Amino acid sequence: MKQSITLTINGTKSTHEVEPRLLLIHFLRDSMGLTGPHIGCETSICGACTVAVDGKAVKSCAMFAIQADGRDVVTIEGLASNGKLHPIQDAFWEEHGLQCGYCTPGMIMTSRQLLERNPKPSETEIRHGIEGNLCRCTGYQNIVNAVKSAAQKMGV
Amino acid sequence: MATTIAKPESLIGKRIKRKEDPRLITGTATYTDDIQLPGMHHASILRSPYGAARIRGIDISKAVQHPGVVAVFTGADTKDVGPVPCGASLPGLRVPHHYILAIDRTYFAGHPVAVVVATDRYVARDAVDLIEVDWEPLAAVADPEKAIAPGAPAVHPEWPDNTAFTFHQENGEVDKVFAEAEVVVKQRITSQRLIPSPMEPRGVVADYKSGDKTMTIYSSSQIPHLMRNLVAQMLGIADNRLRVVAPEVGGGFGCKLNVYAEEALMGFISMRTGKPVKWIESRRENFLTTIHGRGHVDYFEIAARKDGTILGMKLKLIQDLGAYHQLLTPAIPTLSVLMMPGIYDFKNIRADIVGAFTNCVPTDAYRGAGRPEATHGIERMVDMLAAELKMDPAEIRLKNFVPNEAFPYATATGLTYDSGNYAEPLKKALGIVDYRKLRADQAKARAEGRLMGIGISTYGEICAMGPSPATPAGGWESASVRIEPSGKVTVMTGIKPQGQGEETTFAQIAADELGLSIDDITVLHGDTMVVQYGIGTFGSRATAIGGTALYLALQDLKAKIKKFGGMLLNSEDVSFGGGECVCNKSGKTVALSQIAGASYRAMKLPPNTDPGLVATNFWEPPNFTFPFGAHIAVTEVDRDTGAVQITRYVAVDDCGKIINPMIVTGQVHGGVVQGMGQALFEHGIYDENAQLISGEFMDYTIPKATMVPWIETDHTVTPSPVNPLGVKGVGEAGTIGASPAIVNSVVDALSPLGVKHLDMPLSPESIWKVLQGGRA
Repeated sequence: MKQSITLTINGTKSTHEVEPRLLLIHFLRDSMGLTGPHIGCETSICGACTVAVDGKAVKSCAMFAIQADGRDVVTIEGLASNGKLHPIQDAFWEEHGLQCGYCTPGMIMTSRQLLERNPKPSETEIRHGIEGNLCRCTGYQNIVNAVKSAAQKMGV
Repeated sequence: MATTIAKPESLIGKRIKRKEDPRLITGTATYTDDIQLPGMHHASILRSPYGAARIRGIDISKAVQHPGVVAVFTGADTKDVGPVPCGASLPGLRVPHHYILAIDRTYFAGHPVAVVVATDRYVARDAVDLIEVDWEPLAAVADPEKAIAPGAPAVHPEWPDNTAFTFHQENGEVDKVFAEAEVVVKQRITSQRLIPSPMEPRGVVADYKSGDKTMTIYSSSQIPHLMRNLVAQMLGIADNRLRVVAPEVGGGFGCKLNVYAEEALMGFISMRTGKPVKWIESRRENFLTTIHGRGHVDYFEIAARKDGTILGMKLKLIQDLGAYHQLLTPAIPTLSVLMMPGIYDFKNIRADIVGAFTNCVPTDAYRGAGRPEATHGIERMVDMLAAELKMDPAEIRLKNFVPNEAFPYATATGLTYDSGNYAEPLKKALGIVDYRKLRADQAKARAEGRLMGIGISTYGEICAMGPSPATPAGGWESASVRIEPSGKVTVMTGIKPQGQGEETTFAQIAADELGLSIDDITVLHGDTMVVQYGIGTFGSRATAIGGTALYLALQDLKAKIKKFGGMLLNSEDVSFGGGECVCNKSGKTVALSQIAGASYRAMKLPPNTDPGLVATNFWEPPNFTFPFGAHIAVTEVDRDTGAVQITRYVAVDDCGKIINPMIVTGQVHGGVVQGMGQALFEHGIYDENAQLISGEFMDYTIPKATMVPWIETDHTVTPSPVNPLGVKGVGEAGTIGASPAIVNSVVDALSPLGVKHLDMPLSPESIWKVLQGGRA
């Protein structure tokens, strides 16, 4: 039996009929066409599906769409505004913080939460902050550099 | 009077931000699971829960009746499709027929048995649970040494010895040097099963159009053209009616250098149902059914003189093949044999491989593919030899390196190393860590009771795979360059990047040769209908071979540009540079955009010249390339917990000329961390019933950000004479160099306790056990 949910996604409010068991990540990707967040493990380990729900970084494979009823969801597609990249996106590009790019949308959404909570993180704090997001390409070093660089840009 | 053209600064060697990143950081890239086609169905696969079992019967009736289910297929339906191809050939190789769905027996946990097609991915998954299989579990074997021992369960009943092949290679006077040696060191060394784990699992979308009998298959692949050829054969359709598209690929590391059952299975389904169909691998399926890497048990013996001069080496290599041969499975251990002497100057080697069938998913190429096993072996043996002779591990290496004047150097295994300066990266790395002071620090640490270790590895690897005669399906690469009427440039390359950034490095090469901005270049890849035939991305080959094909196509194009430029300038003495042709007498210029327009408008043509500005090159390399380097790991072992901390990691790599240092360093970082994963954390473990018990990210530890140290990188540059770019390749270097550096370091840390060798992964538990026992 489908249920009605009303939620705001990347600033736009809308209402949908969804199966109660539909995962938020499948709702975003398959129903809303927001394929920025990716599915890497379906077990909340890898973090490729990370989006912001009411401002908190959430692994959207571990949440049902109906749990997002009434909430505010931001995906990677909602970060750039008016064609201008978010400073974290810019920093990932500048610092070569990505290779295959599959983990990147989730990694950026997690970094965004990290910098909101701690605007001037140390290397250790950055590594702890992104520990829930797996990357198999970069060895994390340039991701650390990107988050540091974004912190500087956002602090100015 | 000749006019000097102000040549723009070369883009080669420059740190240039990647052209592919804007789509990746904004979430607008298209990976396989992002593809939605009208009327598309979803497939979900029932897989064997047993390592080995007989299928007494399959009842699909409940699944077929489930609302939303379109079709259910079993092995009886698909038995004429395929088989899943093995591209490697060895004398006497036993090749089991690899059906795309099991017929009456399954050979490994995860073996595909039936497939449900439904209108929705959730419904397809539900209906899989409604298929009833009457299983008869059989005895299974997962350990390769047990598999080849008498009395083991037969993986394939027709071959009770579980031996797929044996392989022997020998050079020099092995028995003589071992008999005469002053010291012989022996060690059993394992390279455990690893699970490649790209962040994007595999996925396939197949779309058959019955009207014109054409098929499009989207697959997360490193080798779209080879896949097209092989899947066309599996499905019995013509290769010019099959289009394979490898869209954005979220990491491969070798596991997508393959053709799996699912490509043909989805093609079969689309042909039978008349609708497009999508299958996306779950992470659990990825662990169970995508190829694993490594899986070696190696028995090494090294012979030397008392002064440390290495005389020869023997290797008995048992390769865990798994239940089937995937595309290159049996060829991987032969690469280990090729590289077994490392970068040391000795000519006496003997190697014997036994390829063992086990009830496990097949092993195949994983980052390094055969070379990490070889490097781990020789680098461990050299360290053990140094310990035996009480020599410094740096000194014994410097003593045995192939000398600079010996290049090109013919190895004991039949290779020709192209160029090298093996001492230089080691000396550089020793300088960076201040080796003498570090050893003094270690002596102090030991006096305080701390377990500090220093580990060196000096690796060599074989890259740029490779000359065609040495490869199963062609080792050349292709490039086509099209200067459009506007003067903008489209490059089509046969390689297929999965994060290595060739859209940028290839654009650097093209922009540099044509004197254009990098923004004027677009690089296309991964679509067999768009790009001329090519081979793909693996074996650190993309830039060395694909980049060379591009460079040579650009030379042809430049010659043609000059012809048109000369015509437009009414001059026979023209130069091309900085994006324009100049008459060397008058100094008059004409821009490439004007030349391109004129070449297509073709109001007038230069003598013996066709319209347009397009050039294509297929380049066959004359040899492999052989990068090398030196890595040093400093570690400290916690006496109470057994945890290993890497306190310093220095990587000095020589990959020949560097086109984009930012990308090269990124490749080293990622490679080193995958090598650290093998050394410290990762282990694909099957139990005695051949159940994969490290079958999720919960149980299989790939490195997280908090688990890896800062990596200090540096380079030496020894150009390769094999290609005009002087490049060698860097994709696998970090992985190959890292595991022996770390294991050598931890063995060094524990050497005061009498430890001589440790097998990977060096988990806290395994080290703790050693600490409790005092010695290993």
